[in-house]
Amino acid sequence: MSLNLNVAAKATNSYSSSRLGSYVFGLLLIGALLLSLAVFYLLRPAEEDWQLNLVAVAIVGVIFYVILQYAVSRFVEGARRAVDRTAQVLITSAFLIALTPLISLLITVVTKGASRFDLDFFTLSMRNVVGEGGGAAHAVLGTVIMALAASVISVPIGLLTSIYLVEYGQGRRLSQWITFFVDVMTGIPSIVAGLFAYALFEIILGPGTRMGLSGSAALSVLMIPIVVRSSEEMLRLVPNELREAAFALGVPKWLTILKVVLPTAIAGITTGVMLAIARVMGETAPLLIAAGFSNDFNFDIFHDRMQSLPNFVYYSYVSQGSVPEAYLARAWAGALTLILIVMVLNLGARLIARTFAPKIGR
Amino acid sequence: MNSSDLPSVPKVVVTKVRQRPGDRVFSGLSRLSGSLILALLAGVFGFLFLEGLPALTADPAEISLLERSSENPNFWAYVFPLVYGTLWAAFLALLFAFPVAIGIALFISHYAPRRIAEFLGYVIDLLAAVPSVVYGLWGGTVLAPAIQPLYVSLHENLSFIPFFEGPPSGTGRTILTAAIVLAVMVLPIITAISREVFLQTPVLYEEAALALGATRWEMIRTVVLPVARGGIISSAMLGLGRAFGETMAVAMVLSATGVISVNLISSVNPSTIAANIALSFPEASGLNVNVLIASGLILFAITLVVNSIARWIVDRSKEFSGAN
Repeated sequence: MSLNLNVAAKATNSYSSSRLGSYVFGLLLIGALLLSLAVFYLLRPAEEDWQLNLVAVAIVGVIFYVILQYAVSRFVEGARRAVDRTAQVLITSAFLIALTPLISLLITVVTKGASRFDLDFFTLSMRNVVGEGGGAAHAVLGTVIMALAASVISVPIGLLTSIYLVEYGQGRRLSQWITFFVDVMTGIPSIVAGLFAYALFEIILGPGTRMGLSGSAALSVLMIPIVVRSSEEMLRLVPNELREAAFALGVPKWLTILKVVLPTAIAGITTGVMLAIARVMGETAPLLIAAGFSNDFNFDIFHDRMQSLPNFVYYSYVSQGSVPEAYLARAWAGALTLILIVMVLNLGARLIARTFAPKIGR
Repeated sequence: MNSSDLPSVPKVVVTKVRQRPGDRVFSGLSRLSGSLILALLAGVFGFLFLEGLPALTADPAEISLLERSSENPNFWAYVFPLVYGTLWAAFLALLFAFPVAIGIALFISHYAPRRIAEFLGYVIDLLAAVPSVVYGLWGGTVLAPAIQPLYVSLHENLSFIPFFEGPPSGTGRTILTAAIVLAVMVLPIITAISREVFLQTPVLYEEAALALGATRWEMIRTVVLPVARGGIISSAMLGLGRAFGETMAVAMVLSATGVISVNLISSVNPSTIAANIALSFPEASGLNVNVLIASGLILFAITLVVNSIARWIVDRSKEFSGAN
C-alpha cells in the first residue's frame, strides 16, 4: 500500500519517480525485527525456563531486513539500486558489528573495575596479600619507571635518527637502509622484543637475569621505530622556506635544525612520543619475559624483578588464589587503570597536536 | 647535462662550506643513532640466534620441554604444532576481521557524513589503543562464557562439519573465541590502512563514474576498490603479521594443549608460538629457555616474511596506482 502511495505522490518528478522514500525502509526494518521475534517465539523449544535471546533476535532480524529490502527495492527501483542499497546496509552494519566488542569491553571494564578502584588500590602493594585487599601501587610504579626509562633510551635515538633521515641522509645508502629496517622493526612481535632483551642480559649478566632495565630495553625496541616514523613525518612537514631563510641569514645547519626546524615540529613530535609511550605502557608480553613479576615495590631499575600494571592484570587473572573474586576484582581494577592511563595519554597527545600545531597554511 | 656543451661559460667555483664543529658533532650524532638502529636490529637477530642455537644442537633427550611433546623428541616436532596453531589462529582472525574492516573503512571514507567521519575514525583508533591484556581479560571472562552456548548448538546441528566436531568446550575458551578476540585486535590496523588508501582514490575518477550514472556501490566497485587493491592486500597482510605476534589475548583466552586439529569448538586446541612462550617462559630454565627463544626466532622470521611481502606490495602498487 505504501509503495503505491509513494509512486503516485512523486510521479510528476521524473528524477524521483520509482524511488522509495527512506520511511519505507524504516518500516521494513521494524517489520523484519517483528518477524524475527515471531519466528523465535513460534520455534521456541518446549521448555519451562525458555528465555528470549534478544541478541539472536536482532541478528536474525537484520538478516531478514537485508533480504526484505533487497526484494522490495528490486521490485520497485530495479536491480542496480537494490544492490546499492544492500551494499549500504552491509557496510553500515559492519561498522556496528565492530562497535559491539568495543562497547561491551568498555562497559565491563568500568563496571567490574569500579569495585576495587579505591585508595587502597593505589597505595598498597601485593606484599603478604593472599586473599582480599592489597593494591597495584607497585605495578603502577613499575610501569611508570620502565616506560620513562624506555623513553629516555628511545626518544633521543629515534629523534636523532629521524633528523638524520630528513636533514642529512637524503638519497644516501645508509638512510635507505635505515628506512627499510625501521619498517622491519615495526613488525617485530612484542614477545620477540622481550626475548631479545632477556637474551641480551643473559649473555652479559648470566642466566635468569630479570630486572627493570631489561624490560625497558625490550620496550625501547618496540618504541624506537614508532618514534622514528612519527618524528620523520613531522620533520618532513616543516616547510623548506624556513630552512632556506635560516641558511640565507648565515645560520649553521645544526643551529637551524635546533632553533628552527625542531621548534616548528615539536608539537607533532611530542604527540608521536606520547602515543608511543601509551603503546608501550600497555605491553604485557615483553615485560613478562624480561622484567618478570613481583609482589613488592621496587624502585631500583638495575636490580631484581619489577612488576608492571599489565602483568599485574595478567597474573591476577591467571593465578587466581584462594579467593578468586578478589583476584578478578583487582585484575579488572588494574585493567580500568591501564585503559584510563592509555586514554589520557592518547587524548593529551591529540590535544597537543591540535593546540600547538604550527599555522603552516597561509 | 648541457653545461658541458657550453665551454664559454666560466666554471662555477664550488666553495666548500666551512664545517663548524657544532655541525660536525650534530651530524655525527644523528648518523650514529641511525646506525645504532641497524646495530640494534642485528643484535635482535644475533642474540636470539646465539641463545636459540643450543636448542638445535643439544641432545633433545636432555630438554624436558621437548620430551613432553612426542615420543621422538626433537625441536622441529615440538615447534611444528605451534607454527600450525599460529598460522591457523591468525588465518581465522583475518577471515573474520577482513570483511568487517573493509566495510568500516568504506563506511568512514564513503558513506558516513563528512562531519562525523573523523570522529568515527577516532573511535576505531580507540580499539587499537586498548592494551592487549585487557582484550585477553575480556575475552576470557566475558566473551568465552557468552559464546559457549553457541558452540553447543553448533555442535548439535552441524557436527558433521569437521570444524564443529566437538565435543563442545564447557568454558568456551576455544581457538574460535581466541580468533574472534584476535580479529577485534587486528581490525583497527586493517581499517586504518585501507581507509587511507580509499581516501586516496582520485576524486575525478569517482565523479566520472557517478556522472556516467553509476550508483554509489557501482562507483566503489569499479573505481575505489581497483585503485586500492594493493593497499587492501597489504593491509590484510600487516594485520596478519600483527595476529601472528599477538601474545596475551591468545594466552589468556585459549586453553591450549598443542595439538594439530581443525576443530574450532572443542576444549583441545592448538597453541600459538607467542602464547606458548608467554605461558612456559616464567617457569622455564636451562635449555628450555633456549628452546623457547628458538621458537621466538621462528615467529620473528614468519612475521618478517609476511610483513616484507606486504611492504613490497604497497611499494609496487604506489608506482602504478592512479593516485599519482
